[in-house]
Amino acid sequence: MSGDGKRKRYGYLVEFADVSSIIEAARRVRDEGYVKWDCHTPFPVHGLDGAMGIRMTILPWIVFGAGTAGFLTGIGMQWWMNAFDYAYRISGKPFWSIPANIPVAFEMTVLFAAISAFIGMLGMNRLPEYHHPLFRSERFRRATADRFFIAVEADDPLFDEEKTLAFLESLGGTAIEEVED
Amino acid sequence: MGTPTAEKAAEEQIHGVPLVQGGLDFTGVTDTVCSVCERPGATKGWYISFAIASTGALTLFAMIIYLFWTGVGVWGVNQPVGWGFAIVNFVFWVGIGHAGTLISAILFLFRQRWRTGINRFAEAMTIFAVICAGVFPGIHVGRVWFAWWMFPLPYQQLVWPQFRSPLLWDVFAVSTYFTVSLLFWYMGMIPDLATIRDRATSTIRRLLYGLFALGWRGSNRQWHRYERAYLLLAALATPLVLSVHSVVSFDFAVAQVPGWHTTILPPYFVAGAIFSGFAMVLFLAVPARQIYGLKNLITLQHLENMNKIILATGMMVGYAYSTEFFVAWYSGNPYEQFTFMNRAFGPYWWAYWTMATCNVIIPQVFWIRAARRSIPVMLTVAFFVNVGMWFERFVIVVTSLSRDFIPSSWGFYWPTWVDILTLLGSFGLFFTLFLLFLRFLPMIAMAEVKNVMPQAHAGHHGGHRKEQV
Repeated sequence: MSGDGKRKRYGYLVEFADVSSIIEAARRVRDEGYVKWDCHTPFPVHGLDGAMGIRMTILPWIVFGAGTAGFLTGIGMQWWMNAFDYAYRISGKPFWSIPANIPVAFEMTVLFAAISAFIGMLGMNRLPEYHHPLFRSERFRRATADRFFIAVEADDPLFDEEKTLAFLESLGGTAIEEVED
Repeated sequence: MGTPTAEKAAEEQIHGVPLVQGGLDFTGVTDTVCSVCERPGATKGWYISFAIASTGALTLFAMIIYLFWTGVGVWGVNQPVGWGFAIVNFVFWVGIGHAGTLISAILFLFRQRWRTGINRFAEAMTIFAVICAGVFPGIHVGRVWFAWWMFPLPYQQLVWPQFRSPLLWDVFAVSTYFTVSLLFWYMGMIPDLATIRDRATSTIRRLLYGLFALGWRGSNRQWHRYERAYLLLAALATPLVLSVHSVVSFDFAVAQVPGWHTTILPPYFVAGAIFSGFAMVLFLAVPARQIYGLKNLITLQHLENMNKIILATGMMVGYAYSTEFFVAWYSGNPYEQFTFMNRAFGPYWWAYWTMATCNVIIPQVFWIRAARRSIPVMLTVAFFVNVGMWFERFVIVVTSLSRDFIPSSWGFYWPTWVDILTLLGSFGLFFTLFLLFLRFLPMIAMAEVKNVMPQAHAGHHGGHRKEQV
């Protein structure tokens, strides 16, 4: 909240009725050079990543790393428990032989990788999030049902009260509104 | 080609039947799915079903308390059959739990878009079936207060679990499977929970659904990572689902008992698991779509596709049954040969032939298109497949143990009333959880269904593009 008693502006929100219009509009916002903006859609719209210029996430590498850690944990745990700390002699077999240890190592790989995919996705998306300024908008409640939105933040370096509004109005949305922070 | 009907038929032949019918748009899909969990009270049928199911669940709890209080002697298990109903039920429920992940993960990787109508259902079923399965290994150990010995925890005796035992692999496989399925199910549900949150009219609903929606707002930067995470989970769950029932089959295959000690068991168990799981999905989806008016989203085409999978996996199971006989004969091993003759013509012949009839013969009606598209026929087949698959596990567990190597150590296993009520009670627990799911959670993955609708693609004008089924 700023000092002048008026609530700070979060940005502008433009509503679209269908997929083609939001993809077109997203391309124009991207080409205009805005950086602090986002599209909000009820389902992942194909082609929107490209239209927004989103770069590939590093999530797969996190998952790969966690999977590797899971495998090593699985192998290491079994070696520690059955071959080193409390060595079992089973059917005259050597204390340490890999094949019998593969199933558990595999399960640990999948377990670590899956948990990291879930937590990594939430973490990079900054979820869970208790509140977001966009939730103030009554109209925005349809973003999870059947409407498509573009939100441009006031923090964007290109943001200008008049010019940005005029530009967003030219995108051909079905409604536009100002959202308070 | 002149009439509209003929034109429609030709269009469907070329482009496939549309996945969502009845002219529903995004708003329509949202309304159809959300209205089920938004109505103020449940239907009368739901209350009656819930009363029956929860009575069953309470019976299960009562039987477990009785078992803990008195000891495993209340069951029919004894020498030589130490694995009775508990292990039969465990394998049965884990098997049911395979269809969910198969539909969500494997069909996702194969880009079978028709899965979107049924995947939420099937995933929920997986979670609840694995919960039912998880009850049995825990309670069958006899001294349940030592059940935690199954986990690699440090304690004062300084002894670790023995990792050469397939029973320990099972602990890891089943608990990993449950965790990953739960993550997959919950993650898929986050956007839909946000939809219900945003439609909520009361504060309490907004708060509760909002809590589990984690503040999801459909941002495309979030969707980008979400979709990648979903793909990764699918890719991880695919080998996992194949591994879990393989590991369950190792419990048998690694033992020396005739009829168990074979390499065919892992693929045979996996095929059987998919077979029974699909039958259970069908058995649940058909009444639900009828009662909740979801016929435009779970169409006859979805059901027919599932029936085709049931037919295919049923044939695989039948092939495995005959291969077992062939290998028993070809091996020249008299114990193996005796075991299989004993299965078909010994004291448990009725279990064997129930299994063969239900799993191999009855699903053959699905060669006929009209049968694949008939609701009464598919419900009947699904019922018998589940009966047959339970008997398959009974045949494997009981016949092999009751007559293994030395005739002097043979015995006959028969369940007690506690065994039977525990089995029935596990169905009660399963249906209780499932009914709660139907009442309170979005039973169709709305965001995914919207994604496969023609309107979801840029350049869509007036319905020319149809998704392939």
